[in-house]
Order: sequence, then C-alpha cells, then structure tokens
Amino acid sequence: MAALQTTTLNAMKTNQAQLLADWAHGLETSGATRNIKELDLKQQTSEFLQLIIAGLENGNSQNVAAPGWDEIRQFLEKLSHSRALLGQDSQQTASFIFALKGPLFALLQNHYQDDPALLAEQLWEASELLDALGMHTIRTFQKSREAVIKRQQEELLELSTPVVKLWDGVLALPMIGTLDSQRTQVVMESLLQRIVDTGSEIAIIDITGVPTVDTLVAQHLLKTVTAIRLMGADCIISGVRPQIAQTIVHLGLDLQGVVTKANLADALKLALTRLGITVSKAD
Amino acid sequence: MTVRSIGSQPIQIEQDVVLARQMARKLAQECGMRLIDLTKLVTAVSELARNTMVYGGGGDMDWQILDEDARTGLRLVFRDEGPGIPDIKLAMTDGWTSGSGLGLGLTGAKRLVEEFELDTEPGKGTRITITRWT
Repeated sequence: MAALQTTTLNAMKTNQAQLLADWAHGLETSGATRNIKELDLKQQTSEFLQLIIAGLENGNSQNVAAPGWDEIRQFLEKLSHSRALLGQDSQQTASFIFALKGPLFALLQNHYQDDPALLAEQLWEASELLDALGMHTIRTFQKSREAVIKRQQEELLELSTPVVKLWDGVLALPMIGTLDSQRTQVVMESLLQRIVDTGSEIAIIDITGVPTVDTLVAQHLLKTVTAIRLMGADCIISGVRPQIAQTIVHLGLDLQGVVTKANLADALKLALTRLGITVSKAD
Repeated sequence: MTVRSIGSQPIQIEQDVVLARQMARKLAQECGMRLIDLTKLVTAVSELARNTMVYGGGGDMDWQILDEDARTGLRLVFRDEGPGIPDIKLAMTDGWTSGSGLGLGLTGAKRLVEEFELDTEPGKGTRITITRWT
C-alpha cells in the first residue's frame, strides 16, 4: 500500500491556515468545544497539525505505533487525559480528530482534481491515518476515565471508614452503604487498629446506614465481633431497625451472642453503664 | 392475573448484586410495598443474586410486576447455566453450604418471600422464582 505522497504533505503545509480555520469551525458545529477555552483549542489544533506533518516527514503513515509518531501519541494522551478531567465523553474527545477529516479531504480533492485514482488512494491513506490516531485517543481516554473511577473508589474506601471516639474507652463506627465488598475488610482493619491505638474497651458498630443486612453482611459482622472480643474488648451493634430485625429473624441468623441496640444513643448509654460512668443533669 | 411490566438484568460480578438489589428496591416501591415487605424482598434478592454469581457462575435476573384483583406482586426469576444443585434436600437445609457462607441464604430467602420455586438440574443450571405480593 502506498504511503501519503510528498505532494499531499506539501499541500498540507502550504494550506495550514485554511485547514486550521475549517477544522476549528467543524469542531464548533459538532459541539466538541464545550467547556474548552478558545485559546486552548487553537493551540491544540495547531500543535496537532504541526505534529502530524512532522510525523509524516519522519515516518510512514501506515503505522502510528512506530517511533516516528511518539510525539503525536504523547500529545494525544495528554489531550484525552485533559478531556476526561473536563468531563467530556469519548465521542466528544474523538471528534477532535475526526473533525479534521472534512477539511483535509476537501483539500485533497482540490489538489488531485486531475487524478481520481491518486485522489482515492491518498484519501484512503489519510483516512486510515486519522482513524488510527482517533482510536489511540479513545483508548487512552478510556484509560484516563478508568483511572478517575479507580481514584474515586479509593476515596470512597477512605471516606467510609471513620472510626470516631465517643468517650474515653468507647469507639463508634458508623457504617454506611454496601457492606459486602472489600470495604468491610478495610472497615474491620481500621476499627481493630483504633482499638489497639486508643486502648478502648467498647466498640459500637452502627448499621443505621446499611440498607440491607443479608447473610454475608451478618457473617462479616459476626467475624468482626469475634475479632474484637479476641482483643479483649466488647462490641455492641446499634441501628437495628424494626424491618432489619424482622428480616434477620426470617433469615434464621443467630445473633444471640451479640449485644444489639435499636439506636446509637442506647448503645452509648449501655457502654457508659458498663464503664461505671453515670451522666446526670447539672442542677 | 395481568403482567404490568417486565425486564431483565445481568448478574455477573459483585457490583451486579448491588445493582440487582437497587433494581428490586425500585420495583418494590413501584408496587407500593410496605417498608418491611420491601426490606424482606430486597434481602432475598441479595441472597439469590449472590448465589447466582458465586455458585451459578453468573446469570440473569428477570422481573415482572403482576396485577391480580386488588393486589400487586413482584415476581423475580434468577437463572444461571451453572453446575446446578445435585441434592436439593441438602441445599434446603439450614446451615449447610457448599461454599464458605453461613448456609442460610437459600432457606432464608424462601422464608422471606411468599412464593418460592426451585428448578434445577445438575449440569444444566438453576432457576429460582420468587414472588412477593403487596
């Protein structure tokens, strides 16, 4: 297969300004410029065009994975990363490149008016090249998005495990959301660690924010309670709402060895009693 | 008995169990189920969806909202093409598990709903249908 001709390259070089103007116009009408500053876009389009010309001069147009295309690939990776952070979708990001097709094809058509066979060949080559670059952009865009999601998941993990000190010797762990993932592991570890660090005698696990208590959640809770006891501390589970209590009964779960309370206030009261502390109103 | 609406949801990974639960919660609210019935149904869905994923190697949850006389019901079908259950009597025993759970999921789910139907064949897969009426 023939590569892009030098004449094509020269035509692109001499008509850069026209290409850029048409490209920018195309981008605007396709809506791919939302949230992007005009100045940034101008810089990105002209940089991309220069890089593609440089790439064509260095290497062949058939393999964008070749070393001659390093710079443009890096540029696209940076671009799709910034688009992902701006909250653009993959279509908007990819159309940055695909919008160049129109102006470029118009240019080629104009240039090879007299030679239809060569025009077809050059169009095909240019199309292949832009498609390959577009695919690369989408791939890296996807990776950036996955990285964003992963970071958010990790942030959630951290958010969901606030072990709070309610009183000297009393820790509370308000659980929120789904308990049947790796979160439970993190929650359990941080609670056990805090018990050691603070020398607490009583830990209260509050499940008010847990919508569903099924057998797996119960199993996690029972394991945590056992581990806390092994460390010489006591555990109270609070936030057992009426519907949860009935569900536990129907499921046939045996929580008899575990102290449970309907709400956190009752659990704290019990903890204080066990520690021999009485709280009274000041006269 | 008329079917008001139907749909389906895949259960392949752990996140799908959460999605199945959320879907069941939404549908139960649509049926106008009381909080206690809703909680029971969602818990049963959680058990069965996890079984589908862990023991059935993944499958689907089909749902139907049914109207019959003055009552509304939610029917859910959990189906997989996994190894099936070789001994139904053993599987329906409290505390027995072939995995590492508490062995209460299947029997517990049965107690949490009004209609429970287990259809399984070794090597072919398992199909569990549950229904809860308002």
